[in-house]
Amino acid sequence: MSEDRIRADYRIIAELVAKNTSVLDLGCGDGGLLSYLADTRGVRARGIELNDEAVLSCVKRGLSVSQQDIDAGLSEYGDASFDYVILNQCMQQVKLPHTAIGEAVRVGRQAIIGFPNFAHISSRWQLGVLGRAPVTPSLPYQWYNTPNRHFLGISDFKRYCEANGYLIEQERYLNDEKRVRFMPGLLAQTGIFVIHRRK
Amino acid sequence: MTEKPPVDGCSETKQFTFASLPLESGEILGPVTLAYETWGTLNRERSNAILICHALTGNAHATSWWETMVGQGKAFDTERYFVICSNVIGGCHGSTGPSSQNPTTGKPYGLDFPVITIGDMAAAQEQLINHLGIEKLLAVAGGSMGGMQALSWTVKFPSRVKSAVVIASAVRHSPQQIAFNEVGRQAIMADPHFNKGQYYNGNPPERGLATARMVGHITYMSDQSMEGKFGRRFRENRSATKFGGDFAVAGYLQYKGDAFVQRFDANSYLYITQAVDLFDLTALKTLPEMLQDSRGISFLVLSFRSDWLYPSAQSKELVRGCKLAGIDVTYAELSSTYGHDAFLLETEEETPLVGHFLRRIAGSVEIAGHV
Repeated sequence: MSEDRIRADYRIIAELVAKNTSVLDLGCGDGGLLSYLADTRGVRARGIELNDEAVLSCVKRGLSVSQQDIDAGLSEYGDASFDYVILNQCMQQVKLPHTAIGEAVRVGRQAIIGFPNFAHISSRWQLGVLGRAPVTPSLPYQWYNTPNRHFLGISDFKRYCEANGYLIEQERYLNDEKRVRFMPGLLAQTGIFVIHRRK
Repeated sequence: MTEKPPVDGCSETKQFTFASLPLESGEILGPVTLAYETWGTLNRERSNAILICHALTGNAHATSWWETMVGQGKAFDTERYFVICSNVIGGCHGSTGPSSQNPTTGKPYGLDFPVITIGDMAAAQEQLINHLGIEKLLAVAGGSMGGMQALSWTVKFPSRVKSAVVIASAVRHSPQQIAFNEVGRQAIMADPHFNKGQYYNGNPPERGLATARMVGHITYMSDQSMEGKFGRRFRENRSATKFGGDFAVAGYLQYKGDAFVQRFDANSYLYITQAVDLFDLTALKTLPEMLQDSRGISFLVLSFRSDWLYPSAQSKELVRGCKLAGIDVTYAELSSTYGHDAFLLETEEETPLVGHFLRRIAGSVEIAGHV
């Protein structure tokens, strides 16, 4: 791994992934997370990504990546064909997050889902008091140039899992580089969950 | 069979002749000669050999028709790999085809040449690979019909291929693709010089073959590349006749057609286009079933957004079949505007994708997520 500094969410996800397992990363971007997991956890890494340059970057890293749109579904993968399916910082950008999550928990024995917490205290302040669309380190875009389509808080996600029969196996919260253990719905900028279908 | 496998760095067209080849049709073709070239040096482990398969009208001289991709420091890096390319059987650039002498009559085969398939082309190449003393190819690669040959290798000889690079290709032709080929074939056969394929002592069916090539060229370009290259401009030397093809695009097609007849045999065009049309990896089983024994092979599949002859959906069908079969596959859709020709012309994206994929297969970068 050549990167001098590993993103905090990559480190958290690597802790959640068992060694020598198989991982499919949906919206794998430039392949940074997959490479890190391959190097540190010895996983069999596969990626799906839509962006041209990101796909090239993955191939340069020696990854197996497929250029396709997650919104079209994952019908070419059988049920539980990977140990983990990851949706990191991508679920809020797809057109159909409900479909993406459903596919992730179908294809993966477990799904790892990381997303920016729209209900962070700073967002609440900007929206509720200042009356502005929030701009935070985990939601750095302006309203007119954001790739994000869906805005949810930690508690939204938990309620969603409850309503859809997904069990939350593990949960991790981050504020910048630091773990958050107290009132994450208010204080975490990022939530990372390991979920699976209720048997 | 007597010559030594060439291991030097220079290239010239060589010939390899073997006694006979059982064809998929049940007929036996023989003797069979393959014209081939090699570049680079076969390493001691004999593990760096790459077979490049040419498209419809290509030949063994890959450094000319795939100049962008084959050579020192290029994607198929001849300093790193031992690169092999042979003219397909049925062809007319040194390998046995309908213009070759029929040993039973002493005259050119013409239409007595047996029906050949893409699988037969691969089977002939396998003889050459045996002759060169190569047990397992690092990669078999090609675009368009070359991609079909690569696919054929992965199902016919799965244990002898480590990876396959399939560019702008398909697991079978669509009716649209067959239709364009049929227009070409009919143009050839409608030429008064065609003479049921026995034209070798007289004038060949040049107008028919040129027309076939013109149709082909239309399908190799994109709307955008034609607009950029010709627009509605007229050509410089306007002809005296009423319908002389005064548009620049017409002049280009005529030029390409006329140039083509100088280097290609009309019967070869009939046989090879038919082989392409007959190719169907899904004829007997579903694609994932067909690929069951190919699971040890890594695939790189590339398509071009502007390619309407071999649209991306066809490549995606292959990728889907690979995934359902549990095969390691990398797929990228490239944004070149050249149309189907992009696989020969595009360099910016194709070169690094193929180059890095091959390096991973060759093991010179650590395989991420080694199975």
